Amino acid sequence: MAVEPHHSFEQVAACRVSVLRGGAGQPLLFLHGAGGAGRWLPFMDLLAEKFEVIVPEHPGFGLSDTPPWLDNIGDVAYFYLDFIEALKLKDVHLVGSSLGGWIASETAIRDQHPFRTLTLVAPAGIRVNGTPTADIFLWSREELARNLFHNGNLAEAMLNAPMSEEEQNIQLRNSITMAKLAWQPRMNNPDLKKWLHRIHLPTLIIWGDSDRLIPPSYGRAFQSLIPGSRLEVIPVCGHLPHMERTSEFVTAVASFIGAAR
Amino acid sequence: MKFFFFHLMPYAALDLAEAAKYKSVSVLLPNSFYDPAEGHALYNRYLDEMEYADQLGFDGVCVNEHHQTPYGLMPTPGVTAGAVSQRTRHAKIAVLGRALPLLNNPLTVAEEFAMLDNITGGRLIAGLVRGIGAEYHAWGANPANSHERFHEAHDLIVRAWTETGPFAFEGKHYQFNYVNPWPRPYQQPHPPIWIPSQGSRETIEWACDPARKYVYLQTFSPVAAVAKYMAMYKEEAAKRGYQAAPTQLGWSVPVYVADTDEQAYREAKPHIENFFNGFLRMTPEMLLPPGYLSFESMKSVMKSKASITGGNKTIDDLLKSGMFLCGSVDTVRQQIEHHQKQIGFGYLLTMLQFATLPRALTKRNSELFAREVIPGLRHLAEEPAPTEAR
Repeated sequence: MAVEPHHSFEQVAACRVSVLRGGAGQPLLFLHGAGGAGRWLPFMDLLAEKFEVIVPEHPGFGLSDTPPWLDNIGDVAYFYLDFIEALKLKDVHLVGSSLGGWIASETAIRDQHPFRTLTLVAPAGIRVNGTPTADIFLWSREELARNLFHNGNLAEAMLNAPMSEEEQNIQLRNSITMAKLAWQPRMNNPDLKKWLHRIHLPTLIIWGDSDRLIPPSYGRAFQSLIPGSRLEVIPVCGHLPHMERTSEFVTAVASFIGAAR
Repeated sequence: MKFFFFHLMPYAALDLAEAAKYKSVSVLLPNSFYDPAEGHALYNRYLDEMEYADQLGFDGVCVNEHHQTPYGLMPTPGVTAGAVSQRTRHAKIAVLGRALPLLNNPLTVAEEFAMLDNITGGRLIAGLVRGIGAEYHAWGANPANSHERFHEAHDLIVRAWTETGPFAFEGKHYQFNYVNPWPRPYQQPHPPIWIPSQGSRETIEWACDPARKYVYLQTFSPVAAVAKYMAMYKEEAAKRGYQAAPTQLGWSVPVYVADTDEQAYREAKPHIENFFNGFLRMTPEMLLPPGYLSFESMKSVMKSKASITGGNKTIDDLLKSGMFLCGSVDTVRQQIEHHQKQIGFGYLLTMLQFATLPRALTKRNSELFAREVIPGLRHLAEEPAPTEAR
């Protein structure tokens, strides 16, 4: 691993939040999906060659607190505006996957001044009527793993990875917070669509062509709702392009940000 | 000791072999399996069975709320209770649950229960539940705030029954400028409140609080769990300075009685196995959606890996764990007497119809239980009223 990430706890909005940081350069804030972000992953390592990669665990996830104010996705969006202020981040490249893409969208419609670019990776957050997203809450752990990836070997690796009791506890907490934020309406905020037009940041939307959680048609819907945004579909790829097609993902993000700079 | 006749009103005409091809019988089984002609006949048969329970001298009948499932056809239990109110004279009517967190306006329960209480002249027992996990899928209610919504809805309903309106209610999940329901309950200050549960420390601590002293019901559980949670209720009551009475504890259990142990076993076997393996079948993800149980409770469930839907159960498993009482009159009476003396409950909620058990067997089961089993057990738990601990 090229970069040794630094782990710290930050106190923001009366919430102790766990943060991994690594690399140097303009800040790239990565907002994780429902699975959490307790580990420094290869895509973070590659991005850290060009950026200072900052990976917080959302309130209610991983090692972060569950603050009493945490009720809905808007609370998380405002939290991240506080987080950026507290860490004095400027010209942030905001990247969010799935749940994290939803949070990134909700944050950007509220205040986009701290941001330079926005990258949404198969974001949740909207509902395309007539095209439901998968119901992750009905899936067993096995079904989730097999549906997350196009490549079955990655699913097997996920299922065979040993899990400590602490990791099981974290997974349980993550699932409870995920339900709190996304159970109903399922994985979306009906109001978000109304305000995505406010986003004037250079925006890249990335989708795996065989995403079985949120269909790729959602990518086209996001693209039509965010003015000037570009959609990049990654072939032979499931819901987590940053994990399944790491080099394509990193290349896409780096060249998008490079062109936008 | 008091005896209630508990009915789930299952869709007994279910094609179980076809239904077995689906991942879950609740929520996901297409409702094309429901035939309205069969349903019409079943509803009226079941109402007959509850009417007959009143005639046989049961102290009460129990109805309940379940959604999008063939194991219980009472999504709106107030309708059943209203019908039962006109077919019964003496029996209490226990509506064992409205599932409060599923509701957008809990005042509908304050109103509905008050209507039933007035119509029956005070025969209503108000059961308040959270609903089972599958209902959070069926109803789009968020399991992660289920506890919060339950407690807030409960507070609203009890205040609506006991405080002079109009008053404002300022909650997190429910807000009203005017709380002023008509009618007020017939029973004062309000109908008895019963809390059915599969067993949880949080529920017991809350229910046994001296301000509430609600009746705690353990439903469809191994007898070891019944004993554990009822002992917990008594301990928690003692910590709060009083001795819990048997009338604060009830056990809900399927029962089958016939002339001999062998006959009872033979007649009940297919139907009780249909109940646990066919009608109640659902996935763990449905039974326990995230947040439905507290983090600690969920951890202990994951450790024990025990659930009422886990794996196929034979009648022998069910008899061994005491999830089913079955046998001759003497056998069943002795079992209940034994458990009552060990555990100390004051109410037994017998489910004498289950799953596919047909009309004739249900009738004989009800008659034998009421006429031959109950009389030998009445004297149990008739203890002096509890006294305040000093």
